[in-house]
Amino acid sequence: MIRILSLLVGAFFTVVLGYSFVRGAYTAATEPAALTAEKVFYKKPEPLHLPSDGMFGKFDRQQLQRGFQVYQEVCAACHSLKHVAFRDLAALGYNEAEIKAIAGKATVSAKDPLTGEVKDRPGTAADKFPPVVYAGLGVPPDLSLITKARPNGAAYVHSLLIGYQAQPAELLKQFPDAKTGDGLHYNPYFKNLNLAMAPPLTGEGQVTYSDGTKATVDQMSTDVTAFLVWTAEPTLEHRRQTGFWWIGFLIFATVLGYMSYRNIWAEKKGH
Amino acid sequence: MSYPWANEYKPSHPAMVWLDERLPLPRLIYGAVGGGYEVPRNLNYFWNFGFLAGLCLMIQIVTGVVLAMHYAPNTLVAFDSTEHIMRDVNWGWLMRYAHANGASAFFVVVYIHIFRGFYFGSYKAPREMIWLLGVVIFLLMMATAFMGYVLPWGQMSFWGAQVITGLFGAIPLVGEPIQHWLLGGFAPDNAALNRFFSLHFLLPFVILGVVILHIWALHIPGSSNPTGVEVKSESDTVPFHPYYTAKDGWTVGLFMVIYSTVVFFAPNMLGHPDNYIPANPMSTPALIVPEWYFWPFYAILRAFTFDFFFIPAKLMGVLAMFAAILIWFLLPWLDRSPVRSANYRPLYRKFFYALVVAMVVLFWCGGAHAEEPYIMLSQLATLYYFAHFLIIVPIVSSIERPDPLPYSITESVLGPPTALESAAKA
Ligand code: HEM
Repeated sequence: MIRILSLLVGAFFTVVLGYSFVRGAYTAATEPAALTAEKVFYKKPEPLHLPSDGMFGKFDRQQLQRGFQVYQEVCAACHSLKHVAFRDLAALGYNEAEIKAIAGKATVSAKDPLTGEVKDRPGTAADKFPPVVYAGLGVPPDLSLITKARPNGAAYVHSLLIGYQAQPAELLKQFPDAKTGDGLHYNPYFKNLNLAMAPPLTGEGQVTYSDGTKATVDQMSTDVTAFLVWTAEPTLEHRRQTGFWWIGFLIFATVLGYMSYRNIWAEKKGH
Repeated sequence: MSYPWANEYKPSHPAMVWLDERLPLPRLIYGAVGGGYEVPRNLNYFWNFGFLAGLCLMIQIVTGVVLAMHYAPNTLVAFDSTEHIMRDVNWGWLMRYAHANGASAFFVVVYIHIFRGFYFGSYKAPREMIWLLGVVIFLLMMATAFMGYVLPWGQMSFWGAQVITGLFGAIPLVGEPIQHWLLGGFAPDNAALNRFFSLHFLLPFVILGVVILHIWALHIPGSSNPTGVEVKSESDTVPFHPYYTAKDGWTVGLFMVIYSTVVFFAPNMLGHPDNYIPANPMSTPALIVPEWYFWPFYAILRAFTFDFFFIPAKLMGVLAMFAAILIWFLLPWLDRSPVRSANYRPLYRKFFYALVVAMVVLFWCGGAHAEEPYIMLSQLATLYYFAHFLIIVPIVSSIERPDPLPYSITESVLGPPTALESAAKA
């Protein structure tokens, strides 16, 4: 009984799927999927190498500070960084006084502990980066996690920042309807090719690095990306260090375990 | 079961004697996973995965309980509380990554465990109950993992919950009310998040309970083995401890090395970047996919693209997806071959490998965009999947001529007895 019912159910599924397959194959053969501008002109991010890459990678503190400077002077006008606290900046090599000064320049809206009133006050080291008010087109995402929230995120951010260009004439010829809209900007590294963010890094020397590094557009973009890799996971270095110790111990224990296993089974042939 | 030659528990320390008379817990353990449990001597490494699955369950429970101390199941703060765990809780990043990747490790191990069963016919009499309980565990695992993925309340959490509960909406008449009842609203929101958290905390302990039944059922006939020939005499078995504690023990180490490498060096490899974007009901992701371990079943769901007379495609997809697992319950009765191990079933073995290929194709298609050629490929693979269990297995098992089996487990390990040994025995 079970087998007969199963056979019927099996035959039903087989027929339905065979039919769907044939119809799908026919459609695919007769009506090739239409091309879109995104399919033809979208570019995958260019490879990017950062000091924090790879198992042995370490953050370059100097670079993180430069990247933080770019964030503050350029990106912070529109993008928040809400998961990061000012105190976290100690990891970039700032001392207590410097962190206090950085936090103090921010305005934080908080309850006054004495009156219970919600008021603006200067930030402290314990505060997180405050929300950013933005009034333009589009919704600038919070940047704390951006390099983890996109496929191949670090390379993506870097490519996007340096990838703005005029819309190719070829594209308009092929897809006349795909003209970049008003207030949007063409960038082949963005999924639908047009984004609301105007090119934020426009020219060499847009920020003045205190360590003398030349602030080319590519340099600024790489630095701010390195910084955003850190904001996405400040515990990255700790994780890898712990990993080496822990896995080293595990390998040692496994080898011992294997030897005792061999020892115990020695007189049982076949293993 | 204990074979007549199994060691008996003999406590020597007076305290243990005292305890044994009042609560024979050590006796239970000795008989279950100690020197008192006799196990076939010829188990290969595929028999280690049950133990590893138990380890995974323990890892999930321990890391999960710690995470629950810091997580807040409220749509306003769930995402932020997860990031709080990652950044501000001591070793919080380790707990979270160990838990998220622990789920993946659990499924890797359990998929191997299940396919071991397909190959070696572990589901056959007298082990049907072990198998049936196993399928129940697998269903519970899927429910638990699905609800866990919703908790961080990222984009994939939200849209995954929307899509999966939406599947119930395909059921005629009662579908939508069921979906709304499951969610506690018209779309995933606070009510859904809260109940998913509650159930996600509860279900692992239900799984633990069923695992105990699973192992109890296992101990009635004892483990099968790669030959599928039942234990005949004392020389066929060895005591679980120290033989299999040592074997399971070192593979625990090996498993931990591989798992830890992912946790410490590539913890986001198996996750989807979109889940680092907070849930946004106003913005649908370009591609909504579940976690990788659901991909085969997701591919089956999406393989049904045409209405069949009066049955809508979506409904068939949903039915097929559930049926894909539910038919495992029938397997002990669909496969009539008295020979367990595919080592001695040349014809079945070929179809087993075809099933593995179909499964790999389904994995691959389930994670891809719903476009050609993935849809056609998943249709072919789904077709094979159902034909395999419902048509091929019953037919093959009645027409196949199996290869000769070894006389006993001992013989399969040591070779046939020499003339001298046989004479000595006689
Ligand atoms: C939490 C998940 C699970 C745990 C902890 C678990 C645990 C175990 C353990 C410890 C064994 C004995 C050792 C071995 O044969 O590997 C076993 C055997 C077995 N399990 Fe599971 N299991 C789980 C899930 C499943 C699932 C999902 C299935 C099938 C759908 C299944 C089917 C079986 C079968 C058929 C056996 C007997 C194998 C034989 O003796 O040949 N188990 N399980």
